[in-house]
Amino acid sequence: MRYDVAVIGGGVIGCAIARELSRYHLRAVVIERECEVGLGTSKANSGIIHAGHHGAEGSLKGELEWRGNQMWDALADDLHFGFKRVGDLTCAFDEDQRATLRQIMEQGKRRGVPGLELWGPERIRREEPHLSHDIVEALYAPTAGVVNPYEACFMLAESAVRNGVDLALERTVVGIRPSEKGFEIAAVVGDDATPELIKARFVVDAAGLHADAIADMVEAGGFRIRARKGEEYLLDKRLVGYVKRVIFPCPTPTSKGILVIPTYDGTLMVGPTATWADKDDLATTAEGSAEVFAGARKLAPGISEKDCIAEFAGLRAVSDTEEFILGPSRVAGFVLAAGMQSPALTAAPAVATVVLDALRDDGLELVAKDDFEPGVPAPVRFAELSSAEQRSLVARDPAYARLVCRCEIVTEGEVRDAIDRGARTLDGIKFRTRAGMGRCQGGFCTWGCMELLHERLGIPLTAVTKRGGDSYVAIPRLEGAA
Amino acid sequence: MITPKPAQLQPRYDVVVVGGGPAGLAAAVGARESGAERVLVIDREPEAGGILQQCIHPGFGLHHFGEELTGPEYAQRAIEQTLERDVDVLSSAYVLDVASDRRLKVTSRDHGVAFLDAGAVVLAMGARERTRGAIRIPGERPAGVMTAGFAQKLVNLGGMLPGRRAVILGSGDIGLIMARRLVLEGVEVEGVYELMPHANGLNRNLVQCLHDYDIPLHLSTTVVHIDGRERVEKVTVAPVDEAYRPNMAKARDIACDTLLVSIGLIPDNELAHRLGLRLDPVTTGPVVTSTMETTRDGVFACGNVVHIHDLVDYVSQESELAGRGAGAYATGTPTPPDNVRLTPGENVRYCVPPTITTDREHTVYMRVTKPMAPCTLHLGDVYKRPLRYVFPGEMVTLKVRPRFLEGFHGGSLPVSIVPREEGGSA
Ligand SMILES: Cc1cc2nc3c(=O)[nH]c(=O)nc-3n(C[C@H](O)[C@H](O)[C@H](O)COP(=O)(O)OP(=O)(O)OC[C@H]3O[C@@H](n4cnc5c(N)ncnc54)[C@H](O)[C@@H]3O)c2cc1C
Repeated sequence: MRYDVAVIGGGVIGCAIARELSRYHLRAVVIERECEVGLGTSKANSGIIHAGHHGAEGSLKGELEWRGNQMWDALADDLHFGFKRVGDLTCAFDEDQRATLRQIMEQGKRRGVPGLELWGPERIRREEPHLSHDIVEALYAPTAGVVNPYEACFMLAESAVRNGVDLALERTVVGIRPSEKGFEIAAVVGDDATPELIKARFVVDAAGLHADAIADMVEAGGFRIRARKGEEYLLDKRLVGYVKRVIFPCPTPTSKGILVIPTYDGTLMVGPTATWADKDDLATTAEGSAEVFAGARKLAPGISEKDCIAEFAGLRAVSDTEEFILGPSRVAGFVLAAGMQSPALTAAPAVATVVLDALRDDGLELVAKDDFEPGVPAPVRFAELSSAEQRSLVARDPAYARLVCRCEIVTEGEVRDAIDRGARTLDGIKFRTRAGMGRCQGGFCTWGCMELLHERLGIPLTAVTKRGGDSYVAIPRLEGAA
Repeated sequence: MITPKPAQLQPRYDVVVVGGGPAGLAAAVGARESGAERVLVIDREPEAGGILQQCIHPGFGLHHFGEELTGPEYAQRAIEQTLERDVDVLSSAYVLDVASDRRLKVTSRDHGVAFLDAGAVVLAMGARERTRGAIRIPGERPAGVMTAGFAQKLVNLGGMLPGRRAVILGSGDIGLIMARRLVLEGVEVEGVYELMPHANGLNRNLVQCLHDYDIPLHLSTTVVHIDGRERVEKVTVAPVDEAYRPNMAKARDIACDTLLVSIGLIPDNELAHRLGLRLDPVTTGPVVTSTMETTRDGVFACGNVVHIHDLVDYVSQESELAGRGAGAYATGTPTPPDNVRLTPGENVRYCVPPTITTDREHTVYMRVTKPMAPCTLHLGDVYKRPLRYVFPGEMVTLKVRPRFLEGFHGGSLPVSIVPREEGGSA
């Protein structure tokens, strides 16, 4: 297959780039080693659209955070993923920290971030009554938001595909060779011995933690990406509404600290830690848990381990300079989107435009399509409909009347739709519909989801996986057992 | 085995029971017996019977039916009892909401989204299993970590297996039952690991499921790490001290592809939350009166929704009572309100019901914190009874007869279980 552009990596960065590319008359492909997009760092993060005032002046991270921040409303309108601007509060416990708040506020104002305010203890207590009384002042930023990052990936990719981009899933890039007309990319499919060849005039390296290895394949690199792990802990919905805004401690030069995050769906999440790790180390730890809950309690003393329902870890792809490595490389036609650590989720839409500029500068002609369709159909969310809407929906299609997930109220119709729109695994269903995300953690709905994957994809129940590869849930009965 | 469905839903019932497990079915029987005419049971599965349908082992019914039955047999008896009494059973239906005026919002393939009014409501939704996330076991998140109940469903209803070599964390009854089941299916069960210094399941399950199959039980030991990118590859276990802190110096790796967690059940109280019922922080179920009425008028609760039972027989007994209460409420028959509070004392975690009356006989269920043998159960100083042993995995039941309370004028009675000197009198 011959493409104009191949994007390596289907995280939020790769998906945002793909959707941007799909506006133009060209052939593009996203090559992703997992069986669905967004299953790397892009699903395992804090889900915050940062307000725009955090990053240092003059830094690419800072500038693109703010540019990206302003692009999310339009994206969410077109693509129907969960996004809302809840605002954030950065809390100071002493005079030094108050000085830092002022400095961040000034930096944000100069950048043009609107609505920044300093709140005293009284205002804090009125707006966020569960926060610590030791907080002496807080900086409020109304522009901060929360997003369901996996939904954003799925929808960006779906939009790109609807507008003509190909998805090459379950393909691991193992080599890239420059050729006369661009590049030849060798991608391994599953356990096959001979890799598939994908040809493209331009390559974008959006391979997250492995962006260094990909760049080294054409000697476009010379940088190193290390993994900094962040553990996050999800709390029971008993605490919905406990805080209304994203709560930050005062940042230190190296870290944003442990946050209390009201996720888009309302439940609280606390984290993340920040420790160096191997690139495949997604383990949560007893130390991480202790650090997260101690940090969260400093901000909101009522938070307890007792409410934990799930935990996960994500890996930040960190460059040696801590800065994004973005734009043209020393190899013509090979564009980098590496070192995409926080706030790269926030920055993703802006990163995509920077990448397209770099491709254009390298000679890619971008001719806008007349028939680009910016929207995708909104998925049905039974639980969010009024009773009258629910009644007419189930009258049209009784599949929406059968419940599959009881904690999050997800119907068979929604799970079926998710599969028809690309979910191939239990995680794919979970991150599209929330089935399995609630307090029983799939104890009840896994069965129903397995049956629907079996029916719709025509695969045996024992071939259903949690997230592809060898992550099967059940095996056939053993021969000759009692 | 098909449960008949009512051809038509009525807009109003005397009693609507949410949940068609043993609790809901018994409540429906109780409601009919106390005079309620139109009684409806709503269950989310295609067939009523609840979790019993996947419990294909024997050991049910000795107390309630006077013979030993398997789970599905017990369920079938319970279903027949309701059908004999003209109770309507609506299966494959889910109650989305119960409003405080007892209007229920129900969704089902057969009837779409419908509203029903109930003279009284009985909540009998059962329990859900605690999961790995609740105890924050460190490590990766591969497939192959699952609750014992889910594994039971895979094996008994799905005809599949969870894996080839399993470790079981927690000595709850479902875990013990599954240890035996997996061995019978040819799966290797490396051992059962329990954080507490004592087992949590019934004694008979320890004997019949572990001992008889040579499956080791390791007390005061827990899983401290899970490894595996896609599927479980190994788990690490370590002994714990009195404060349950693991001793990592004595940690040991076990190669396996499956980790079953059997670390307890939690009352399923989504609807109780929606109704704003007062919940008990110890049982995490609704606070109930001696007729099993919750803090909302005309809303009753029974079975594992209220507290976790050890035997289904007790669920049926308690739930018949709740059904009778609901029927009496719906038909306007008054019951004298409670006038004595039972306060949990030494080695008693909770009493259900927490309040009783002096005019009727009551069965009080309780759980202990720690094993004790021999011991004495004290009801204030009005009554005491010797007990051979008590054990956290087994409920203690106490019949409080009106004559115990003759001459008692106080408002509250402490209930405690204290050690008895060997040879001393109770
Ligand atoms: C704990 C944590 C919290 C965070 N919180 C926030 C936040 O609140 N706000 C924010 O803005 N940012 C946050 N971030 C950062 C944000 O999550 C990342 O910057 C963003 O997800 C990076 O997206 P990506 O597409 O570059 O990487 P990824 O999502 O990792 O995508 C890279 C993709 O490349 C694929 N790939 C790799 N190698 C190959 C190969 N050889 N062949 C084929 N495919 C390959 C991978 O499978 C993967 O899907 C957080 C990060 C962490 C870890």
